[in-house]
Amino acid sequence: MERRVVITGMGIWSCLGNTLDEVRNALYKGKSGIVFSQERKDLGFRSSLCAKIEHPDLKPFVSRNLRQFMPEEAQYAYMATRTALADAKLEQDYIDSYEVGIIYGNDSVAEATMHALDKFREFHDTAACGSGAIFQSMNSTVTMNLACLFYLKGINLTASAACASGSHSVGLAYLLIRNGLQDCVVCGGAQEANLYSVAAFDGIQSFSVCEDAPEKASRPFDRDRDGLVPGGGAATLIVESCEHAVKRGAPILAEIVSWGFSGNGSHISTPNIEGPARSLELCLKNGNVQPEQIGYINAHVTSTRIGDAREAQAIAQVFGGLSVPVTSTKSQTGHEMWMAGASELIYSILMMKNGFIAGNINFEHPDEDTACIHVLPETQEIHFDMFLSNSFGFGGTNSTLIVKDL
Amino acid sequence: MTRNEIIEKVNALLAEEFEVDAEAFTSNANVKDTLSLDSLSLVDLVALIQQNYKVKIPVTDLRTIVTFNDLYDYIESHQPSA
Repeated sequence: MERRVVITGMGIWSCLGNTLDEVRNALYKGKSGIVFSQERKDLGFRSSLCAKIEHPDLKPFVSRNLRQFMPEEAQYAYMATRTALADAKLEQDYIDSYEVGIIYGNDSVAEATMHALDKFREFHDTAACGSGAIFQSMNSTVTMNLACLFYLKGINLTASAACASGSHSVGLAYLLIRNGLQDCVVCGGAQEANLYSVAAFDGIQSFSVCEDAPEKASRPFDRDRDGLVPGGGAATLIVESCEHAVKRGAPILAEIVSWGFSGNGSHISTPNIEGPARSLELCLKNGNVQPEQIGYINAHVTSTRIGDAREAQAIAQVFGGLSVPVTSTKSQTGHEMWMAGASELIYSILMMKNGFIAGNINFEHPDEDTACIHVLPETQEIHFDMFLSNSFGFGGTNSTLIVKDL
Repeated sequence: MTRNEIIEKVNALLAEEFEVDAEAFTSNANVKDTLSLDSLSLVDLVALIQQNYKVKIPVTDLRTIVTFNDLYDYIESHQPSA
């Protein structure tokens, strides 16, 4: 039995806003969430650019003892999930009575781990780490915290797949629901935004050094791109079977039509064209979707020289002469990494529901590698009812999702 | 450090760490109940005292600390000599 899978709720905590309305407006206006951090500069970062993300106050919602278990990204994820559950009209009474699962993307807890071990080394005593350290420092911290805080009794799983983590989490939820193994799954992605989480990433010179104009630094597909800008936050989607959603009277926002994935099987950080192209092709094939049915492509590209070039070529290879509009919302948000696959679904759904495509800000000139696709530099009011979203990560992990309007 | 200074500082630390109004910290009040400590968060009490007073409370001693007075007594009697 293969069932239809729908999205009934969304919530986000990002540099573009903490409500869906704020984010929709920021997307439309082409707002950049990127800032310069003097703290990073003073501490020795090569690039002191980052996304500006508000720190949430969980005191009104979560007791002190339970907050001890939550690192930064779990707090973002909690806020995003509260919004998503409310958006899906999924009340706690219902969750208590039915089996609701959680699959969330996360691939680091650098700051929490560092703080705990600093205490251990300072006092030569493991108790100095505190009660929350073990729960904060595990990669599955988001799912372990949210499952307990929202009393979720279905699948409880963290997807760690570098910058494709969020996308894989939604893909896995889609697969379980489609095959009748779960009815409803909370899924998404979370990304810590503290400076320690990206210090090593800065060390391999992957970040833009366009510090004089932070809002211009993230420029996917553009000729003058010089690296990515690290972002963060969390994004949650409520995914369930269409039957389940209809039965409980949930608002249905969109349908997940297909999931495709692949591995590059080559270099740890340099992507190729074949791997991403196979992910795209598999996604189209699995969903029985023709390329001309896709009205918008939300690209993974992060504003790096090789990554952007390879994805542009993979898209051109699969979509041939079709002039499908392509943008990267990372031009506004920076690279939200473990969160990106989930947040970019939300960005794309907001565009689809509101009849526009957010421009790929800072795209001024293509280069010889990126001229092969149709990048929209400015926001356009365009109706589309099906989009494709790419997410690729270190180690050559690729994930592609196709979503259609309902 | 005098006993009054210990009480004042310990109460301020506990109020901030465990988010409980210090007015609840009467001498004979039960520490675990007042601070809502369970088996996990009790570790935070041990860490707090250790980090601020360089006093390590072993598990066997922790069992003897029931009231706030017990806690003040323990810190006072285990202060490192100057």
